[in-house]
Amino acid sequence: MSSVTDQKDKLLMVGIDTEEKERSATFIQEEDRVVSCGVKQEGVELLPVKKALEKGYGEYLWGALEKDPQYEGFSNGYFIRSEPGAKPVFPVQACLYIAKEGSVQHVHNIVVADENSELHVITGCTSGTKRGTHIGVSEFYVKKGALLHFTMIHAWGDEIETYPKTAVVVEEGGTFISDYICMHPGKAIKMYPTVYLKGAGATARFQSVLVAVPGASMDIGSRVYLSGENTRAEIISRAVSVGGEIIARGHLIGEVPGVKAHLECRGLLLDPKGRIHAIPELEGKAIDLEMTHEAAVGKIDREEVEYLMARGMTEDDAVSSIVRGFLNVEIMGLPEPLKRELDEIISKSNEDAL
Amino acid sequence: MLKVENLKVEVEGKEILHGVSLEVPDGEVHVLMGPNGSGKSTLLMAIMGFSGYRVTEGRILFNGEDITDLPLHERARRGLGIAFQRPPVVKGIKTRHLLGICLNKGEIKPLTKDTKEKIEALAEEMNCKPFLDREVNAGLSGGEVKRSELMQLLAQDPKMVLLDEPESGVDLENIALLGKAINSLLGRGLEPNGITPLKEKKERRKRSALVITHTGHILNYLFSDRGYVMMKGRIVCQGNPREILRTVEKYGYQECVKCLR
Ligand SMILES: Nc1ncnc2c1ncn2[C@@H]1O[C@H](COP(=O)(O)OP(=O)(O)OP(=O)(O)O)[C@@H](O)[C@H]1O
Ligand SMILES: [Mg+2]
Repeated sequence: MSSVTDQKDKLLMVGIDTEEKERSATFIQEEDRVVSCGVKQEGVELLPVKKALEKGYGEYLWGALEKDPQYEGFSNGYFIRSEPGAKPVFPVQACLYIAKEGSVQHVHNIVVADENSELHVITGCTSGTKRGTHIGVSEFYVKKGALLHFTMIHAWGDEIETYPKTAVVVEEGGTFISDYICMHPGKAIKMYPTVYLKGAGATARFQSVLVAVPGASMDIGSRVYLSGENTRAEIISRAVSVGGEIIARGHLIGEVPGVKAHLECRGLLLDPKGRIHAIPELEGKAIDLEMTHEAAVGKIDREEVEYLMARGMTEDDAVSSIVRGFLNVEIMGLPEPLKRELDEIISKSNEDAL
Repeated sequence: MLKVENLKVEVEGKEILHGVSLEVPDGEVHVLMGPNGSGKSTLLMAIMGFSGYRVTEGRILFNGEDITDLPLHERARRGLGIAFQRPPVVKGIKTRHLLGICLNKGEIKPLTKDTKEKIEALAEEMNCKPFLDREVNAGLSGGEVKRSELMQLLAQDPKMVLLDEPESGVDLENIALLGKAINSLLGRGLEPNGITPLKEKKERRKRSALVITHTGHILNYLFSDRGYVMMKGRIVCQGNPREILRTVEKYGYQECVKCLR
């Protein structure tokens, strides 16, 4: 067993900086125990969720999601709130960590971006053991004119089972941005966060990067209900299989006239043993709405690889560059160690292919 | 510089080149002409080492070294550079990024200040600034593609360049510009912009080139030393490139067959 406090490198992999250099607040929970919970910048409130409920934030519990008895016995979780109008420069970081072999971690998280505030949250989930279970319920509230940018990185041990359940409510003029990166899904991961664009002019954008190594299996989707006037949504997922299995889903539901939404699922198979299944769904419930989708699954183009080789790049570097370009990880600002690992995974798959 | 000896090349199990020999000495520019489908591109691709072009007989010598079995990127690193006839779009990679890699001899590493400055200067010289931050070859016009290819070659600083129809898809006005750019790459003729230092130009003058042209237009702008005509996978004629072009323009490629016999 290894405790979270001596796992600096592991935390860096999921975007958690233990030196808190460019962070406005830090929350770390190991199994049931809150190890760290501190704020460095004004305008941000951070509490263990149980404390927050005592303090009178009860309205946010089961406010976005329907109450589910199966998920009631949570031990803790984080409560993050940006105050109205606040624009903290640095992100809030939160880490959920499983340390003991075979343990069950059950959390309930709440994030509130209050009116006209801007909040960036980076969450990293990782483990120091192989086996364990993580049950995570998350409810996010983006109030009028607010922006919530949520970056999540999953890097679980091989036998960790994960059952996340997430709902987001966006009010008038609010924006929700999700960046999700998963390279270590654990034993299996199934996740389908749902956004409700309730207020007029609300926007949601999902960007997911999924990389499946041999033996990995992930079923990951994003769903957006466009029920407010003039709401907009975009779901983009990029999946790479180096031998594992990925189901990439997306579901857009247009409920009122005049909404606009786009869904893009693209997959790259680097190993013939891998599998990528793209399932884009569009559902229109009103006339005069604009919803489109684009899905493509294929292998890497030999011509592009050799073009780069003709400029002097090794085959490995050429393939890695193309895959990295495909995943578009630069835009997400992936932590450096994770980038390096991604390169390793890709170049290893090249060796296997040769 | 480059010596090709009795090269036989197969594409998808079919022999396309039936024993091609030629030699390009240091600092010389040779031109390869011939009708569509005669095997000109095949020869260049085989010299560069692309997969799908299988050498079944003969060899390729580059500065005395037998490179027939060297992987593609090793040939590039030895100093062979190629400009494609129809380069692919490389999604997710910016021209600026690739240019940095060319300048670093194929290595991916952080760019020094010096390298960054060189990128700007090259883009300026080849008039590629407007699309430096676009994906490689994405949405470029015919002329832009060719200039981008030449810019990458300049960055690679090759000893020898292989140019596949540098003028195809470029209108007449731009062919003149392109010819200047190629001359500049090879340290010949007038500068397109007058910014290349003389010393640099002298270095460039040592470069050799093998240039494919289907129409021969580029010959009006390019200083070339020798010409070949290829037909049905064989070199059937060689000599002064302008004379060859005149004959071809007058009598068609058939005349070249007779000339060697
Ligand atoms: N990938 C391929 N598969 C099958 N045949 C090919 C392939 N590439 C080239 N060939 C054949 O090889 C022959 C020579 O083609 P090549 O492209 O070398 O001609 P070229 O002289 O460059 O013609 P062009 O002037 O049209 O560019 C042609 O008959 C062509 O059809
Ligand atoms: Mg050709």
